[in-house]
Amino acid sequence: MIVRGTDRMLIMGITGKQGAFWTERMQAYGTKIVAGTHPKKAGSMHCGVPVFATARDAMKGAGFDVAVLFIPPLMVKEAAMDAIEAGAKGLVVMTEHIPVQDVMYFMAAAKERSARILGPNTAGAVTPGECFAGFMPAFNERIFKQGSIGVISRSGSLGVLFCLNIVQAGYGESAFVGIGGDPIIGTTTRDALIALDNFPGTEAVVMVGEIGGSMEEEAAVYAKTMTKPVVAFIAGGAAPKGKKMGHAGAIVMGDKGTYASKRSALEAAGVTVLDTPSDVGAALKAGLGR
Amino acid sequence: MNFEEYAGKPLLAGRGIDVPKGGLAKTPAEAAEIAARIGPAVVKAQVPTGKRGKAGGIKLAATPDEARIHAKTIIGMEIGEHKVEKVLVEEQMPIERELYAAVLNDPLSKSPLVMFSTEGGMDIEEVAATAPDKLHRQPVDIRRGFSHADAKTLVQGLGLGAAEDKVADALAKLYSVYAAFDAELLEINPLIVTGDGRVVALDCKFVMDDSGIVRRPDIARAGTPEKLTGLEASAKAAGLKYIDLEGNVGVLANGAGLTMTTMDVIRHHGGRPANFLEIGGESYTQAKPALELLLSNPNIKSLVINFCGAFARTDVMTQGVIEAIVALKPKLPIFFSVHGTGDEEAIRLLKDRLGVTPLATMDDAIKAAVEAAR
Repeated sequence: MIVRGTDRMLIMGITGKQGAFWTERMQAYGTKIVAGTHPKKAGSMHCGVPVFATARDAMKGAGFDVAVLFIPPLMVKEAAMDAIEAGAKGLVVMTEHIPVQDVMYFMAAAKERSARILGPNTAGAVTPGECFAGFMPAFNERIFKQGSIGVISRSGSLGVLFCLNIVQAGYGESAFVGIGGDPIIGTTTRDALIALDNFPGTEAVVMVGEIGGSMEEEAAVYAKTMTKPVVAFIAGGAAPKGKKMGHAGAIVMGDKGTYASKRSALEAAGVTVLDTPSDVGAALKAGLGR
Repeated sequence: MNFEEYAGKPLLAGRGIDVPKGGLAKTPAEAAEIAARIGPAVVKAQVPTGKRGKAGGIKLAATPDEARIHAKTIIGMEIGEHKVEKVLVEEQMPIERELYAAVLNDPLSKSPLVMFSTEGGMDIEEVAATAPDKLHRQPVDIRRGFSHADAKTLVQGLGLGAAEDKVADALAKLYSVYAAFDAELLEINPLIVTGDGRVVALDCKFVMDDSGIVRRPDIARAGTPEKLTGLEASAKAAGLKYIDLEGNVGVLANGAGLTMTTMDVIRHHGGRPANFLEIGGESYTQAKPALELLLSNPNIKSLVINFCGAFARTDVMTQGVIEAIVALKPKLPIFFSVHGTGDEEAIRLLKDRLGVTPLATMDDAIKAAVEAAR
C-alpha cells in the first residue's frame, strides 16, 4: 500500500500524545489530514481538524480515504472495524502487541470490503514530496528525498537506516512501505513488491526483511518475474533459534523462517542479498548501471 | 507463552473435551498415590518440549509401585535442555485409533486454520511431508467461528465410522478453547478413539499469543515462564527485551530490526555479539536502565550504541545513555552511530556532555567496536 498526496486521511486517536505529535508532523509535510476521532471529544477541534466520535461519523462529516490508527492494542479491533464499516479504502495500523485473533478478525472484514491494510506494528509509509503516514522521519532530507528507489521494510528503525544509506549513495526514494513486524500483516512483502513494481517512477526496489515466516520466500517468486533490479537484506542471521527477537514475527522454529532459507530463495530469483546495509548504494549502482 | 500438557488439558476439559483421569506428581510417592487411585497408569514427564517419549520420559506402570519407580527415574531427567520437575500420572486408555487435531494462527490465509488427520500419534510435520493428502486443512472465518456442523463437514468421509460425531464434537470444542484463550496454537496429538467408543485427548499442546496474556492473566498464570538467565530476568523486570549471546561486543540499539542487524554486521566484520537488547517502540525512553544492564555484563569488552530514529527519538535515547555514562563512568570503549529523528540534537548532546562524536556510519562504529574487543 503506497500513500498518496491526494489521500484524505483520518487520524484515529488524534488527541493522544503520539497521535497529536505525529499528526502535526504529517500536516507539516503535506499529508492531507481531514479529521480525527476520539470517542468522547466529538465536536472539538484538534491539530486544526474536526474530531468525530467514530470513523462512521467522520465519513459522513468530512469524508476520508485512509484511516491511520494510533490506538492502544486492545482497542484496535473495534476502531479498525469502525473504519472498515465506514468505508475506508485503506488502514495504517501502527499499534504493536495487538492480539493476533483480533487482527485476523478485522482483516477478514477488510478483505470482504476490499480495504487494504498496512501493518499492524508498522512504522508507516512515506511517498517523498507527497505525504507520509505514521512514525517516519519523512521531513529529514538526509533520509527521505524524491527519487526512484522503492523501499519495503518490516522494521521502522532498519528502514530508516536503509533510506539514509540510499540517499547518501546519491539516490532518493519513490516510496517507502513499512509493512510491519507482526507475524500476520495486511500488506505482505510480496504485495508491497508488486505495488512498487507497478508504481510510476520506481526503477529499483530495496527489500528489507527479517528471519521468521515465509514472506521473503513468497516475494522471491514474484521478484524472479521482474525486470527492475531488486536488492535485499535479511536481518537476524546471527539470531539464536527459538527466541523471539523483539518483533513477534521474528522467530525461527526448526528450519522454517531461517536466514539461509530466505537468502537462498532470493538469490535463486536473481535478487542481490547484502551482508550489511552499508552496501546498498554499491548494489544499486551495479543493478541500475549508474 | 507455552503451556505444558498438565496445564493445557484442564482448558480442554473445561470446554467438555474428554481427557484421561489423573493428577500431577512432584515426587515418586505422589505418583504412586495417584496410580493407586486410578489403576494401571502412564507416567509422563512434564517439560515444554516435544519428543518426550523418545527421550524415555513416558512410561507405563501396571501398579502403584511401578509408577513410583518410573517417577523416580523421570523426575530429574534432562529432556531437550529442560530438567523434569514433575510428572503427569494418568489412567491407561484402550487406544483403537490415533487422530490429530489442531487450530493455529495461519499467516498465509490470515485466519485460524483447523487441521485434522487420521494419522495421529506421530510427528505431524512428517505426515505433511509424506502423506499431505492425509492432513486436512480448513481456514475459518474468525467472525463466524467453527461450529459442530463445520467440523462434521471436515471429517465426513474419512472413515471414522461410529466415532464421527464425537470427533466432530471434539473439533468444534477445540476451536472454542482456541478462541476463548487467545491461542496461537492448540494441538491434540493424539486424539484417540477408544475401544468403547470414547474420543479422548491424550496430549495437549497450547501456545498462548503473548499479546493476549493481558486479556487472560488468570489463564496465563498456568503457563511455563520462559527460561531466562539472570540478566535476562532483570531486563524483563525492567520492561526491556534482552537476550544473552556468547560473544563480547555489546549491543544497544532501537527497534528489533536494527538490533538484529547490528548483531549480524558485528559477525560480518569478524566479531561476536554479546547480546540482543532493543529499546524501540514505547521503551525508547529506557536507554539509561538498558545501558546500566549492559555494563553489568562482565563478558562485554566493547559496546556499539546504534540509534536510527523513526518513532524513537535519538535525542531522548542519547540523553538516557549520557546519564548512565556520567553516573557509572564505564571504562570499556563505546562507539556510537546516531541517525534519524532528533539526530542533530543527539550529536550536539554527545559532544557537549561527553566530548564524543559518533562515527560516520554504522559499519564504522561496529568495526571499531569489534577491533576494540579483540
